[in-house]
Amino acid sequence: MNRLPTPAPVVTPTTQAFWDATSEGRFMLQHCVACDAVVWFPRNHCPECFSPELSTFDCSGHGTVYSYTVIRKVANAYKEATPFVVAYVELKEGPRIMTNIVDCAPEDVSVGMAVTLVFHDTGAGNALYRFRPTSQ
Amino acid sequence: MQPRGTEPMSIRGAAYVAGIYEHPGRDLPTHTIWDIHTEVAMGALADAGLSMGDVDALFCDGTAGFGVLTLCDHFGIRPKYVDSTETGGSSYLAHVGHAAAAIAAGKCSVALITLAGKPRTGSPPVQWAQGPESGFESVWGMAGAPHSYALAAQRHMYEFGTTSAQLAEIKVAASTHAQYNSNAFLKNVVTVDEVLNSPLVADPLHRLDCCVVTDGGGALVVVSPEIAKKLGKTQAKVLGHGEAVKHTNNGRIDLTYTGAVWSGPLAFEEAGVSVADIDYASIYDSFTITVLQTIEDLGFCEKGKGGEFVMDGALIAPFGRLPFNTDGGGLSNNHPSNRGGITKVIEAVRQLRGEAHPAVQVPDCQIALAHGTGGSLGSRHGSVTLILGQHDA
Ligand SMILES: [Zn+2]
Repeated sequence: MNRLPTPAPVVTPTTQAFWDATSEGRFMLQHCVACDAVVWFPRNHCPECFSPELSTFDCSGHGTVYSYTVIRKVANAYKEATPFVVAYVELKEGPRIMTNIVDCAPEDVSVGMAVTLVFHDTGAGNALYRFRPTSQ
Repeated sequence: MQPRGTEPMSIRGAAYVAGIYEHPGRDLPTHTIWDIHTEVAMGALADAGLSMGDVDALFCDGTAGFGVLTLCDHFGIRPKYVDSTETGGSSYLAHVGHAAAAIAAGKCSVALITLAGKPRTGSPPVQWAQGPESGFESVWGMAGAPHSYALAAQRHMYEFGTTSAQLAEIKVAASTHAQYNSNAFLKNVVTVDEVLNSPLVADPLHRLDCCVVTDGGGALVVVSPEIAKKLGKTQAKVLGHGEAVKHTNNGRIDLTYTGAVWSGPLAFEEAGVSVADIDYASIYDSFTITVLQTIEDLGFCEKGKGGEFVMDGALIAPFGRLPFNTDGGGLSNNHPSNRGGITKVIEAVRQLRGEAHPAVQVPDCQIALAHGTGGSLGSRHGSVTLILGQHDA
């Protein structure tokens, strides 16, 4: 069950491919051909070595909570959804990405907990990537 | 052999903070931000014994209209050196460092730095152009600095066992100082329990872990040694400056430290002093966690031991191990324009001049540190460290 709003993200020519893939349930990461780095967030260059040669691959969808906060009060589109959880999830592939933790009471979230990727359709041709606790 | 004229340059002793002014207002419904810029400029120039006609360099942040273009027009001046460096709340400490470097290079001799803002009663927040990360950070419901800093606090607690009660000690110390400041927005002394019992804003941060929201501003006048000598009053000597930008580092963001790990050593090296030499510190206090991490990162204690360090009144002036933010800081006194950098420098200069409130004046304060943190610990921020000394330091 998803009770959070699903605002459509800002999509730019640089990030179009990433967001298009979310509509198919894929979370795409970039890989630097020159230095082997995994790149996050999507760019047209590698921020490690500044090479423009990047390939893409699909992320496993598994990660752990690196840090989180429970937002108690907010004046934006999430106003009716408080309290809700914003977190940095560390993907198995390395990058720590900002996201929400869903399908879980805020008080049950903890640093280090295993989480799995889910997608929530925005209605704008893409989906928001969020994470729920990994089923035992 | 280096060619002539390319010896490494230092700003140590190249400039003096000759004028300071903190606007006494905290609610300014009938002022425009331009009125505030005018009043703080007049105040700091009068404090220095100079006039607007003496100003040959102007510094402001990126929120003042079209920056220096707007302010030069507004003040009616034609400076020969301008700088609108924008690193959030740390901008004004960067401005002091840049002004000192410009003075050392002979580009100018009287630099005016002003800040003004009205988050309580006025202008809507500045709308920044969207960064390349925007699509990946703006859709999760984060709406303000507390949410971002809470992420840093949570991770620090996880890695080092830092507690909310330890963070609360920082607010207690700030409020203890604020009771002596008649202009402070919050003059009440609070207890650890009062902080812990204030509502959670973004776990683990409570309302009293957050700074105040105030209208107002401040100004600084930075001058060359020649001008300082002519003015002949007690001034603060610029000894060292360091600045750094810390960001998400290609998905490897580490929320347990700040850019002070880089700006601090640069400033200490230039000043030729160590942490043991610091008599007083103005530490940026947008949130209690900002102070805790900064104290560790500047080397006042070991990484992860900040919680222990702030216990038992270590930050309380005049006799704590590290007297800090004796004006009450951003947590209790003033955080004009949601930016606490200029007030950090102002209180450090008051301490060096012996002009802090007698109840919190550090005896014979010879060396002071001021540190600014602008932006967000949870994503990207600017860190600037400034070390100042008494006139003959
Ligand atoms: Zn690379």
